[in-house]
Amino acid sequence: MAALRTIEAAEITAAVARLCGEADIELPQDVRRALEQARDQEESPVGREVLARLIENADIARRERLPICQDCGLAVVFVDLGQEVHIRGGSLEEAINAGVRQGYQDYYLRKSVCHPFTRANTGDNTPAVIHTRIVPGDRLHLWVVPKGGGSENMSRVFLLTPAVGLEGVKQKVVETVEAAGPNPCPPIILGVAVGGTFEQAAVRAKRTLLRELGSANPDPEAAALEAELLELVNRTGIGPAGLGGRVTCLGVFVDIHPCHIASLPLAVNIQCHAARHKEVVL
Amino acid sequence: MSQPVRLTPPLSDEQVAALTAGDRVLISGTIYTGRDAAHKRMVEALDRGEDPPFELAGAVIYYVGPSPPPPGRVIGAAGPTTSYRMDPYAPTLIARGLKAMIGKGKRGEEVKKAMQEHKAVYLAAIGGAGALMARCIKQAEVIAYPDLGPEAVRRLVVEDMPLIVVNDVRGGDLYQEGRRRYQR
Repeated sequence: MAALRTIEAAEITAAVARLCGEADIELPQDVRRALEQARDQEESPVGREVLARLIENADIARRERLPICQDCGLAVVFVDLGQEVHIRGGSLEEAINAGVRQGYQDYYLRKSVCHPFTRANTGDNTPAVIHTRIVPGDRLHLWVVPKGGGSENMSRVFLLTPAVGLEGVKQKVVETVEAAGPNPCPPIILGVAVGGTFEQAAVRAKRTLLRELGSANPDPEAAALEAELLELVNRTGIGPAGLGGRVTCLGVFVDIHPCHIASLPLAVNIQCHAARHKEVVL
Repeated sequence: MSQPVRLTPPLSDEQVAALTAGDRVLISGTIYTGRDAAHKRMVEALDRGEDPPFELAGAVIYYVGPSPPPPGRVIGAAGPTTSYRMDPYAPTLIARGLKAMIGKGKRGEEVKKAMQEHKAVYLAAIGGAGALMARCIKQAEVIAYPDLGPEAVRRLVVEDMPLIVVNDVRGGDLYQEGRRRYQR
């Protein structure tokens, strides 16, 4: 049997803290490029101005070390834990939450987590939402995705009838975007998962948001649906900031997965243009 | 595109009525912040017959929960939050003299009706441009509900805050008009 590789919990905490800060302050380059392309394509003068302002905003945030958006998100953390890793000095979950606590404090990020009824703020942006997979190998791969409330509120899960098929799925995605309108801070990015179960569709939809904008989907069926959905959604006219325009969506990521013979689950996770995510491999 | 209209609160009915959906506005002067929890408390206070934390007549409210100010700064990132969550409370504040709301996203029919009836407007700031918006905020002070943290009511002094009129007093709605123009 191969020897286990040891990773200290404190190392995980430090990594998560840094990822929280960097994610909230530095807009990923693929998103910045997509905003530039959108600005060059947009027909609406107001839309072009909005996109130019968003690029300016990203540059100010990076230069002045301010969050891109005051909604620094609920910290969603994806973990791929190699099965030959041994974590020493604390639990994985505690280490991640300690990192969120430290990162949101040290980088002056807004704490946006509260009790659902009393609305009392937990004060340190914990608990994080953690999705862990056990994978082969001796590495620990961490992604921090601060998810804003505005776009999350406009996301939907549908348990469709198999009879509605591909057309029904397309229709529901477009309806979700139309109903959201200006609320989720367009231009948006769509994470779409078809298949699986109720909860798996939602998690898979969120996981697609880790992909780079413009990256090719290796599944040709999903790639074709991505292109078609992007075209359909950009016909809605919602546009940048919802003020009218051609660019409502910067990219669609689709994940297709087998499901029960009775089911056709669909999850549409809407991501605002501040599509923040950072990753590290320990 | 037309020249922006410069406004300094408190705003009058005439100033507000002169605005049309799609107009650009630059606000300078004193405005107040409030979002979900603060709205609930303000309206509950009014229902009990108590005074609101600031004078509502002519006031401008900004739906924002800023991030904490790093050392040497007045405020952190400070872009608008989604406005519909304040819809249950907005008509009460509008009836009490609130003249403008700043946020992002659609408003409900009750709020649009109250805006027409009592002469108030809804202005959009660019959602997700928190670092940019912070630049026009020159002063910030918590004046009520400090226990709410980012949701506390703040008095802000702003300079040339760039906004666009979404809902005017005649029922104009830029979100609907803008979308119709580019829909295919």
